[in-house]
Amino acid sequence: MILTGVLLAVFGLGLVGWFAARGRARLLYKGRGSMHSMPGYHGWHLALWIVVPALVAWLVWQAVMPGLVEGTVFASPAAQGLPTDPFQLGAIVAEAHTIAADPSAVAFNPEAQRLVEPFRQAQVKFGLMGAVIVLIVAFAGGAFGFTRIRPDFRARTYVERLVLGVLLAASLLAILTTFGIVASLVFEAGMFFKDVSPIAFLTGTHWSPASTMGDNIDNNFGAVPLFWGTIYIGAIIAMIVAIPLGLMSAIYLTQYATRDVRKWVKPMLEILAGIPTVVYGYFAALTVAPFIRDFAASIGMVNPSTESALAAGLVMGVMIIPFVSSMADDALAAVPRAMSDGSLALGATRSETIKKVLLPAALPGIVAGVMLAISRAIGETMIVVMAAGAAANLSANPFASMTTVTYQIVQMLTGDQEFNSPKTLSAFALGLVLFIVTLILNIVALRVVKRFREAYE
Amino acid sequence: MTEANITSAKIAARNVDVFYGQKKAINDVSIDIDNGIVTAFIGPSGCGKSTFLRTLNRMNDTIAGARVDGQILLDGEDIYAPSMDSVALRARVGMVFQKPNPFPKSIYENIAYGPRIHGLASAKSDMDRIVENALTKAGLWEEVKDRLNDAGTALSGGQQQRLCIARAIAVSPEVILMDEPCSALDPIATARIEELIDELKESFAIVIVTHSMQQAARVSQRTAFFHLGSMVEYGETDQIFTNPRETRTKDYITGRYG
Repeated sequence: MILTGVLLAVFGLGLVGWFAARGRARLLYKGRGSMHSMPGYHGWHLALWIVVPALVAWLVWQAVMPGLVEGTVFASPAAQGLPTDPFQLGAIVAEAHTIAADPSAVAFNPEAQRLVEPFRQAQVKFGLMGAVIVLIVAFAGGAFGFTRIRPDFRARTYVERLVLGVLLAASLLAILTTFGIVASLVFEAGMFFKDVSPIAFLTGTHWSPASTMGDNIDNNFGAVPLFWGTIYIGAIIAMIVAIPLGLMSAIYLTQYATRDVRKWVKPMLEILAGIPTVVYGYFAALTVAPFIRDFAASIGMVNPSTESALAAGLVMGVMIIPFVSSMADDALAAVPRAMSDGSLALGATRSETIKKVLLPAALPGIVAGVMLAISRAIGETMIVVMAAGAAANLSANPFASMTTVTYQIVQMLTGDQEFNSPKTLSAFALGLVLFIVTLILNIVALRVVKRFREAYE
Repeated sequence: MTEANITSAKIAARNVDVFYGQKKAINDVSIDIDNGIVTAFIGPSGCGKSTFLRTLNRMNDTIAGARVDGQILLDGEDIYAPSMDSVALRARVGMVFQKPNPFPKSIYENIAYGPRIHGLASAKSDMDRIVENALTKAGLWEEVKDRLNDAGTALSGGQQQRLCIARAIAVSPEVILMDEPCSALDPIATARIEELIDELKESFAIVIVTHSMQQAARVSQRTAFFHLGSMVEYGETDQIFTNPRETRTKDYITGRYG
């Protein structure tokens, strides 16, 4: 509480410092060229000298204070006779902490009630101490900064340098997060591969991670049916739907549609991309899947399952249409108009021009778009969770229930988990494979797009 | 047939107006273009010379909002008549553009594209002959005969433009329209194209739009001067450049504006 107030005070001081430094610098300003930096920069420089060191001090204090508080509490007479079991002790301390912050809460452990008062006292004591330290740092920083305000002082250079640092830190944070994710994926997958051989995982055709029978668990983690299901649904069925429809709509929109039609149709197509995948999921499960089951029954299949690769794939294809369409749209638009003019001027018709000149010229861009679409489709989760099923079938029958990598990851990591069992860890291995495949698809696709762009610049 | 239709000209334009949406880009242009000579359109930027050129093979049809009034006759036939197919028309009136625009295909395929669409060759040997013939007429055969399968886009700028001319020749048009064909080329490549235009006028009616008055004077026999969407003066090139009737023409030619 006290420390939150201090934080506000530091920012207030920063504001005061900004005005003070600018005012001081303005007094020194004697016309153009008389100072290295304009007064505003001196203001920023001082404000930063007040705020930044104080913030650092504040963060440090936030980190060390809980330890200091607990140390004091344990040393107090009230802490006599507490249980030594770290688990119980932790629970009691946590409870005391809650009650100290919120007096209306009721203690479950009687020991906790005893600790509340020492806890509160220690918190106030160290809070005040921290507040004083932070304010001292703020004033010290401010005083140092203020003495530096001179006509030849390069405040602008320092401020610009700090801005650069902040921007760099922001971009590094995103990159570091990615590295963190990859590292955890690799680490957990490594744990999995300690138990199961990678070769058995990548080439085995039997997937039943729940069964604990048998000595050789390698046999239960053959992920090929999962990979096949993923490819069959995401890269085959979905693309059979998405590529022709997306491409044809892009051709219509770029080549035939009048400006008015384009103005209406394109945003409507983009609405498809804005539908949450979970909505697609229940559309697939509740509307498309029963229809396909009935259709399968009508063509003579015995006991067709409600969940089918076809239902998931079809809906996924529809979901991907705007994606393919907009990539193809870009690719076609990137082909210079001179190219189609040249063809038309030879007496070629519109469709001959599209088929023989525009599409070949735009092909690399279109292929790249399709690759990105595939990488999206195979990473898609909700639709397959709702419509594709859980059975790891290695089958080419589109009416069969099939499962995918993403579906299995969801299965492994929802509900009760044991992080030392290969069953749970297999999710990370699957995630790693999925990550590598989509990464490769993305890199290749972006390369192709880049080369394609360069060809027409 | 009205009186205006009786003419020996290859192309006869009568009172042509062109609109882009509400904007009038060409105002009441009438001109006769003859076979066997080069006709040049000159004038400052934005004067409408390229727009008018593009009406002659209905390339303006591809621009949304463009509209043409008046009559343009090719061999006495109105090319804007409802019965006229713009695709068939463009096979008879070819076009070469400002920037060389070879297709992203091989040299051979660039030339074979048009003949294949119009079914001009029934066998591979026919097509080979058409390709060789077109490249020879465009003066490119000797340079590329050993690498017909290389990409058309890999040629130099001047070669690319000659490839585009060969491509236009390959469908045996009657008229070739050239829209500033040398503006993206260096002087040597330009000279080469100008020689080529001079040779080609024996076989085709050629209309060339150019920014360069020297070029018009070098390659054309007749010149039309356009200004602000109107055709100011049209006559023998020698007369236009040495003894223009209109002050505006004279001012442009002597460099007063443009």
